[in-house]
Amino acid sequence: MGMNAHSGGTRVEASRFSPAGGVASFFRWISTSRRKYGTEWWIMIAGVLVIVLILTMTALPHLFTKYDPNDQNAGGQMTAPSRAHIMGTDNLSRDVWARVVYGARTILGVAIAAALLSALIGIPLGLLSGFAGGVFDRILSLIMDSVYSFPGLILAIAFAAMLGPGVVNITLAVAVVYIPTYFRLVRGQTLSIKEEVYVEAARAIGARRRTILGRYVFPNVIATVVVVLSLNIADAIMTEAALSYIGLGLPAGIPDWGMDLSMGKKFLPSGIWWMITFPGLMIMLLALGFTMLGEGLAEILNPRLLER
Amino acid sequence: MRHLFSYIITRVLLAIPMVFIMLTLVFVVLRVMPGDPVSAMLGGHAPEKVIQQKKQELGLNKSIGEQYLDYIGKIAHLDLGESMIFKQKVSQPILEKLPATLELTFFGLLVSLAIGIPLGALAARRRRSARDYGVRFYANVAYCIPVFWMGLLLQLVCGVFLGWFPIAGRTSPRVEVSAFSRTGFYILDTLRTGNIAAFGDVMWHLVLPALTLGIVLSGIFVRLTRANMLDVLKSDYVLAARARGIPERRVVYNHGLRNALIPIVTMLGLQFSLLLAGAILTESTFSWPGMGRLLLERIYLRDYPVIQGVIIVYTLFVSAVSLLVDLLYAAIDPRVKY
Repeated sequence: MGMNAHSGGTRVEASRFSPAGGVASFFRWISTSRRKYGTEWWIMIAGVLVIVLILTMTALPHLFTKYDPNDQNAGGQMTAPSRAHIMGTDNLSRDVWARVVYGARTILGVAIAAALLSALIGIPLGLLSGFAGGVFDRILSLIMDSVYSFPGLILAIAFAAMLGPGVVNITLAVAVVYIPTYFRLVRGQTLSIKEEVYVEAARAIGARRRTILGRYVFPNVIATVVVVLSLNIADAIMTEAALSYIGLGLPAGIPDWGMDLSMGKKFLPSGIWWMITFPGLMIMLLALGFTMLGEGLAEILNPRLLER
Repeated sequence: MRHLFSYIITRVLLAIPMVFIMLTLVFVVLRVMPGDPVSAMLGGHAPEKVIQQKKQELGLNKSIGEQYLDYIGKIAHLDLGESMIFKQKVSQPILEKLPATLELTFFGLLVSLAIGIPLGALAARRRRSARDYGVRFYANVAYCIPVFWMGLLLQLVCGVFLGWFPIAGRTSPRVEVSAFSRTGFYILDTLRTGNIAAFGDVMWHLVLPALTLGIVLSGIFVRLTRANMLDVLKSDYVLAARARGIPERRVVYNHGLRNALIPIVTMLGLQFSLLLAGAILTESTFSWPGMGRLLLERIYLRDYPVIQGVIIVYTLFVSAVSLLVDLLYAAIDPRVKY
C-alpha cells in the first residue's frame, strides 16, 4: 500500500517498526480508508471475503466436508440435495459438495499461477519494449497486438490441445493468452513515464539503464499492474473453467468445476439440476470476488476515478 | 472521399501481418502438438507401411519448414487447401458453418446492446445512488457468469423445467430448412422463400443461445455506457441544456446518451473477440453447428488445414469488424476525418 501511505498519514518507518505497531497502523489505515471511500471500500472487502473463504477451502478442505471427492460410494447415484449430501450426489455416486470443495484448489491454483506467469513475462517485455523503442519495439508490439485482438479462448484451446491434459499444461495455455494484456499496459505507461522530468534527471546524472528501469519506471507502473492482476485472475478463472468444460484441460481424477459442469450437462435433460448449479455458482463467485477486489483497488489507488 | 478510400486500403493491408502472425503461431503449435492426422484417422494400429504411405500423400513427411512454405504459397493464392481427414476442400465446411456462427453472434450482440445501453444510461443518471450500485452489481455478476453455465441454466429452466424452448440445434428435426437453404443463413432463407413456419422454428431455436450470449456480454456494455455517460453528463453542453430548462429526461437521453454512444461504437470492435469466444462456448453448449464446434471437432481429429482455415477466418472476421467500426465511427461523428 505504498501508494496510499501518504494519504492515510500512517506511514510505518522501517527503522522503528514493531509488530504491534504494524498491526495497529494497519487497522488505522483500514478505518480511515473506509471512511474515505465509502461503498467502494465495502465492495472491495466483499471481494476479499469471498476470496479468503475459497482460499480456506483450498487449504483445509477436510474442515468443510467429510467426504472424499473421488469416493464413488459416498451415497446413492444422482440423489437430490438432502441432509447427508447438501448438494446431492453425481452420476458416479460422488458427493457434489466434496467435489466443489476440493475443486477449488485446481481452478484457483491454475488461475493465479497463470496470471502471475503472464505478468512475469509480459511486464519485463513491456518495460524493455517501451523503453528501448525502435525496430524491436515495433515488431514485438505488432505480435502482441495481433494476439491481443484475437479471441483469447481460441488461442488457449490451441495451446491446451497441443500440450495435452495436465495441471501445468492448462496453466501454460491460460498464461499465453494474457501476456499481451500486461505487455500493452506496461509498454504504454513506460512510454509516458520515460518522458517525465525525473527520468531525464536520472539520465542526466548518468544512471544506468537498468537503474532507471528498475527504480524510476517500474515502481510507477506497478500500481496499475496490481489492479489488472486482480481482474486478470478473474478472467483466467473463466478461461480455465472453459477449457476444462470443453474437455481440453485436465485428466480425469482431479476434481474440477469445469469438468463437473460438462459431466452434469449430460444429465441436464432429465432434470438433474444440482450437478450443474453448484460448480457453476462457485466459478461465478470466485471470479466475482477477484473482480470486486480489482474494482475496489482501482478506485482506491486512483483517486481521480472517484472525482468523476 | 479519396482519403477514405486510401484509409480503407491501408487498413486492409494492415490486416495481412496480423493474419500472418496468427497463422504462423497456429501452424507451429499444431505441428508441435502430439498426434497427427494419420494416426487420428487410422487409429494407430495400422501397419507402419500404410502410415508412411498416407503421410507421404498428405505431405507430412516433409520438414516443418517445407510444409510451412508450401502452405504459405497456397494461402498467397487464396487457397485454403484440402482437409486431411475427409475428402473435401477446407472452404466447404467453413462456408457451411460460418452462417450459423454469424446468426448467433449477431443476435447475441443485439440482445447485449438492448440490455446494456438502457441499464448503463439508467445507472449514470444518478451516480452513487442505490440504482447505480444495483446496475453496477448486475454488470459485474453478468460479466463473471461463465457463458456455458448461463447456457446450462437457461436450458435447465426454460428448456427442461418449463419446456418453452428447445435446448439444442438450429431447427427441429422435422423442419428441413437445409432442403431449401442455399446460403446457410436460415433466417434469411426461410424469409426469402416465405416459409413462415420454418422461420418461426428457426427463431424459436435461436432464443436461448442468443439470450445466453447476450446476457453475459451485456455486463460490458452496461459498464461502457455508464462510464461514457458520466463523462458526457459533465460536459458544458449538458450544463447548457439544463440551464435552458430542458427536462432532465430529455437532457439525459437526447443530449447525453446520443453523444455517449459514439465511443461505445469504437469499443464494439474490441469486444468482438469476446463475442466470438463466447460464441464457441455457446455453440458447444447448445449443439449449435457453427465454426466453434467445427474447430473443436477438427482439433480432436488433428485436421491441420481445417484448423488453420478456421483461424484465418476468425482473424479476418476480427479485422473486418474493426475496420467496419472505424468507418461507422466516421459516419456517426462528423469531427473524425481520415
